[in-house]
Amino acid sequence: MSDTTTKIIKAGLKKRYAKEKRFRFFGLMSIVISFVFLLVLLISIFSKGWSAFQQTYVKLDVELNEEVLGINKFSNKDALFSARYKKIIKNSLKKKFPGVKGRKQKRALKNLVSKSAQYELRDKVLKDPELLGTTQSFWFLAKDDVDVFMKGNIDRTLPESNRRIKDYQLAWIDQLIAEDRLEKRFNTQLFSASDSREPEQAGLKGALMGSLFTMLVTLSLSFPIAVAAAAYLEEFAPQNNRWVDLIEVNINNLAAVPSIVFGLLGLAIYIGLFGVPRSTPLIGGLVLTLMTLPTIIIASRAAIKSVPPSIKQAAVGLGASRVQVLFHHTLPLAMPGILTGTIVGMAQALGETAPLLMIGMVAFVAEVPGSIMDPATVMPVQIYLWSDSPERAFSERTSAAIMVLLAFLVMMNLIAIVLRKKFEQRW
Amino acid sequence: MKKKSVLAAIALITSTSGISFAAGRDHIEIVGSSTVYPFATVVAETFGKRTKFKTPKIESTGSGGGLKLFCSGNGINTPDITNSSRRIKQSEVELCAKNGVTKITEVQIGFDGITIANAKKGNVFNLTLKDLFLALAKEVPGKTGGELIANPYKTWKDVNPELPETKIEVLGPPPTSGTRDAFAELALEGGCKTFDWIKAIKKQDKRKYKSICHTVREDGAFIEAGENDNLIVQKLEKNPSALGVFGFSFLDQNSDKVKGASIDGVEISFENITDGSYPISRPLFFYVKIDHVGKVPGITEFITEFTDEDAWGEDGYLTEKGLIPLGEDQRKAMAESARSFKQMAIISE
Repeated sequence: MSDTTTKIIKAGLKKRYAKEKRFRFFGLMSIVISFVFLLVLLISIFSKGWSAFQQTYVKLDVELNEEVLGINKFSNKDALFSARYKKIIKNSLKKKFPGVKGRKQKRALKNLVSKSAQYELRDKVLKDPELLGTTQSFWFLAKDDVDVFMKGNIDRTLPESNRRIKDYQLAWIDQLIAEDRLEKRFNTQLFSASDSREPEQAGLKGALMGSLFTMLVTLSLSFPIAVAAAAYLEEFAPQNNRWVDLIEVNINNLAAVPSIVFGLLGLAIYIGLFGVPRSTPLIGGLVLTLMTLPTIIIASRAAIKSVPPSIKQAAVGLGASRVQVLFHHTLPLAMPGILTGTIVGMAQALGETAPLLMIGMVAFVAEVPGSIMDPATVMPVQIYLWSDSPERAFSERTSAAIMVLLAFLVMMNLIAIVLRKKFEQRW
Repeated sequence: MKKKSVLAAIALITSTSGISFAAGRDHIEIVGSSTVYPFATVVAETFGKRTKFKTPKIESTGSGGGLKLFCSGNGINTPDITNSSRRIKQSEVELCAKNGVTKITEVQIGFDGITIANAKKGNVFNLTLKDLFLALAKEVPGKTGGELIANPYKTWKDVNPELPETKIEVLGPPPTSGTRDAFAELALEGGCKTFDWIKAIKKQDKRKYKSICHTVREDGAFIEAGENDNLIVQKLEKNPSALGVFGFSFLDQNSDKVKGASIDGVEISFENITDGSYPISRPLFFYVKIDHVGKVPGITEFITEFTDEDAWGEDGYLTEKGLIPLGEDQRKAMAESARSFKQMAIISE
């Protein structure tokens, strides 16, 4: 009897071991595969994006000729503001590379330096009119083509017709390099400037501020509403009530609604009905609040539920009212869980573009927003806009912007983990 | 107690919704075509730097979406300017009029060429509009006249013996894109019209004619590659046998990776689009709400900047970004009518 049983077991044993081995192998493989995907993604972004943290500058000797500019030290601010600085830059380039002929070459010469040079020069003169009449050496931003070339993304061995930088441009650049007039520096512009259509001038400050304001609106609305809703549903709502059940089911469903639907809702209600202005952090925050609410409510309810009833009962036993129990005991004890849920919800909102598409936040905004009522974009939208730009130099900036956004997301998730680890209590 | 809190909640909601946002605006708001977007943004940025006005805000909504917003009302919370890669339609003029937008200025800023391109190392293509139609339409004329059959062509050589023997594989924009509309209208319809009997249908049944000429095949020969033209360029580089459809500015920027096919014997180039000999090019416009001039600061100055020779002229900074300028006389006339806010005559199709 027992003999046959062992036989049966032994016969199946090999199979069972094999099965277990297979299962382990599959599990390991899935982890390896997802890691490979993540690695490929990160490597492709980082290898493309790291060069955007450097920017090429070019040194020019500019003669601030009062006659060419048509102004002098004693001119008023308006005259200083609107003088022809463009001509000065052009003259300085002409002097550096004499004998350039033909429309195409003249234009190419002008395009060694970014268009921002004239405005930088203007600001320098406005700051110090004493500069007028002197010759100065300044470092200006180099044009995007020069920058792309300096970073090795244009192959000079290609035939001339296949290159964006022609032979005569190469000669100029080589001369500038030989004279130490071309230099790669850390790209502070990327963090201090706002969006621009010229890649070399484009920066993330506008988008970062826009994201900050949008997140502020989202946080200040969704956190109190979600916590209040969760506390009410957990502690005060009547049990086994059909309405409460209905609300619960709906909140859970809401968490699974595609985010673009919230955008449409925002468009119809906030913009259509209440007339909130488009493209502002206010409307963005209102829409993202709708999106993050269910996430935070669900996390908060779980956190509140995990507070042991004994603590609440002890408080009640000592004469505390239900509200006192909630504010003095339940909420403080549940706070780490609530905060974790909030941070995860905010991180989700930070990376969202789809609902913002509907409410006009996918826009070119060159001014850094100063309040929640100014037009603004957010980081993921900026990434989308740059990735869609024809200029070659934007592709590395797109990757750089992704890196900055990723850094923020990783940071937020880290904070969530630290909070959980530090304050988590086990009963 | 309960009732009181409900009442208080209602009062709170109504009071917050009562806040009005209709107060004045100190920046220009522009919406519309994604094709005009790269040009309008450059002008806006230069305008913001050169003057003391705020930089206009520009949304890329597509031509249709832009005109819908533009025509949604005359109030200060509606856009001041909309960009369009096609002329405003009669139905849109009517929608505008219905919502109180009766005074509009139309400004044509130039042209955009649509490129049919492939990788540098790929074959050289000399296409005709007819080739394009036969290669990409869903149904093509059969052997006997007046008969339509499902598109049987597999390689370019099947379409036209002079073309290389490579699989027909074209990456293009999706139907939501203005580039796709223009491609269907100018390239496919252009080739479609070369068949007299199809052309004859236009007079009898416009809808049927349009469905024959504009419907793109769905058997995998035409691949919708999304709105991102950079992506199409990248894919072409990886797949030398494929062709791609996108705007001229992307060819201009990526001339080291892709080359444009010549259409009807005309090579795609800046000059050929300017003089109109390259067949697949379309005019680009923007529309201004005249009632907002004076209410929103800077509109007049913005139009002046846009219509300046420095911007849209032959040597202007817009041509650097790939805009094909109008002729010199046209520019002069257009600048004058734009700066004086000439009211658009109601057009009919």
